[in-house]
Amino acid sequence: MSIEFLLASAIAVLTAAGIYLVLRAQTFSVVLGLAMLSYAINAFLFAMGRLKVDLPPIYETGAEYTDPLPQALVLTAIVIAFGMTALVVVLALRTYLETGSEHVDGTPEVEDTHPDRGGGA
Amino acid sequence: MMHLIVAPILLPAIIAALGVLRISRATQLGRYLSVAAMVAQVGIAVALFLTASDGTIRVYEMGDWRAPFGIVLVLDRLSAMMVLLTSLLAAAALAHGVATSLDRRGWHFHPLFQFQLLGLNGAFLTGDLFNLFVFFEVLLIASYGLLLHGQGAARLQAGVQYVIVNLVGSTVFLVAVGILYGVTGTLNMADMAVRIAAAPAGDQALIRVGAQVLMAVFALKAALLPLHLWLPRAYSNTSGAVAALFAILTKVGVYSILRVTTLVFGADAGAVAWAPASWMLPLALLSLAAGFIGVLAARRLRVLAAFGVIGSTGTLLAAVALFDRDAIAAALYYLPHSTLAGAILFLVADLVGRARGDLDDRLHPGRTFARRAQLSLLFLLSAIALAGLPPLSGFIGKLLILSTASASPAAPWIWGAILVTTFLAMIGLARAGSVVFWKVSAAEVRPPPRRWTTGPAWAIFALLAMLTIFAGPATDYAAAAAGQLFAPDGYIDAVLGERRGDI
Repeated sequence: MSIEFLLASAIAVLTAAGIYLVLRAQTFSVVLGLAMLSYAINAFLFAMGRLKVDLPPIYETGAEYTDPLPQALVLTAIVIAFGMTALVVVLALRTYLETGSEHVDGTPEVEDTHPDRGGGA
Repeated sequence: MMHLIVAPILLPAIIAALGVLRISRATQLGRYLSVAAMVAQVGIAVALFLTASDGTIRVYEMGDWRAPFGIVLVLDRLSAMMVLLTSLLAAAALAHGVATSLDRRGWHFHPLFQFQLLGLNGAFLTGDLFNLFVFFEVLLIASYGLLLHGQGAARLQAGVQYVIVNLVGSTVFLVAVGILYGVTGTLNMADMAVRIAAAPAGDQALIRVGAQVLMAVFALKAALLPLHLWLPRAYSNTSGAVAALFAILTKVGVYSILRVTTLVFGADAGAVAWAPASWMLPLALLSLAAGFIGVLAARRLRVLAAFGVIGSTGTLLAAVALFDRDAIAAALYYLPHSTLAGAILFLVADLVGRARGDLDDRLHPGRTFARRAQLSLLFLLSAIALAGLPPLSGFIGKLLILSTASASPAAPWIWGAILVTTFLAMIGLARAGSVVFWKVSAAEVRPPPRRWTTGPAWAIFALLAMLTIFAGPATDYAAAAAGQLFAPDGYIDAVLGERRGDI
């Protein structure tokens, strides 16, 4: 099996799992889904510099090299995704503690029929 | 190189870092620093605006790295206008936050506010696609903090949704950037424009996918239907000053659509030319309708203002979607108006909510409250602005959009949608105003509000009035800015210079 096929299928599986989890109603699943999606994107960005094995990330005239820029992009994306995951975990926990609901919409288990709450939102 | 171009990014970064220090939090120092920095930023923005209005496109190469290898900041008429609008709006929002003591309700209001400005200014100035992503992240991260500032269960719930939606948006943004980099091998927008124009036929399909995915992300930021669902809840549950500042966040999406489409996917781009044009107009008209139907249906003033933002951004995007020079000139005149009209309505809703005590901003008859006359006048003026009635600038803006749209084959749809929704907005706003200000009983709400809190709202009204009085110069400027957008060669030459094509 080629490395291209392995990487492509890994990205596909991660993205599929990520999308499925993000669409779930519990914040915990959504956080996991976001993490999966960001892993998929990191691998995807990495692949955008083309897959090359055993080549230096240094440009020399005439010589083969691997593109270093996607690696820098992935590094930035990892840092941002890590920070965001931490934030969303804290936020989800805080919301759970304040509202007693783990639902993304924050809807409590009973139907809220009070006319003044929520407005048109 | 003109170093002033980097100042709108550096100054908030430094002030935000100072604002996190313990001494800034424990004393009034943070507040003074933030206000002083805000005044300085307005000054810088005015200077940049005056510089850019001579029509030269100025480029700032970060760290003196030559484009397209380094990151460039580009100052043209459009970005100067956006930076000026940001700083004026932010000054009013900050003044409101300070006057209502919002900044004392949590620790990091001022640093977050400055980081928000850093992200906004950066997004408007950058000429690099990945850098645009980074500045989007900066402004989003700051907006998460600001949105939650002051806390409360409703705000937290709205915050979770807002954060999740935007995180997914950022992921999709990276997909688009990745595809475009994979095909063109560059992230510099000017260089990308050159390479896409010269791209072989086999790459067109991928470029097309990248372009459309990118536009979908910008549409999410601009709250274009059906990607608008995050906005009403997030904006209506946050504090007034923050919501007023957020009125510009949807415009970041509009700006990005304008910038990237005219520059990278413009007339020279072959098969991807005007990539979003095919779907944007119907969606813009639908979000215009959804926004103003929401105004009609809202049961709280803040919700009403949030739907007003969706509706007026829809109007703006309807003009943008024509991708015609005159229509975009009209849109660029309407853009500052739409931002300011949304912001003033959020400020008024906040003031009314504070004055009415327990009833807050709900559209229910209640007791009379302090400063009812002044607040009702402010509400009337902001309602006129949002609906786009004469004599304020919204009327001129809508008139310009209608007249430039009349040449388009979709003219009946645009005319119909804009005129009907203006009528809907009038009904919704008139109903809200009469319930809040007229159906009151004699007993007054007890605690009188603080003084000076209406100042920022009047300041925004003054800006709207200026936009109306100086409509002539403003439309000239908008036309010149649109002219620059439709001559992307000037931008590309300014960024790449003689290196164009030989890299």
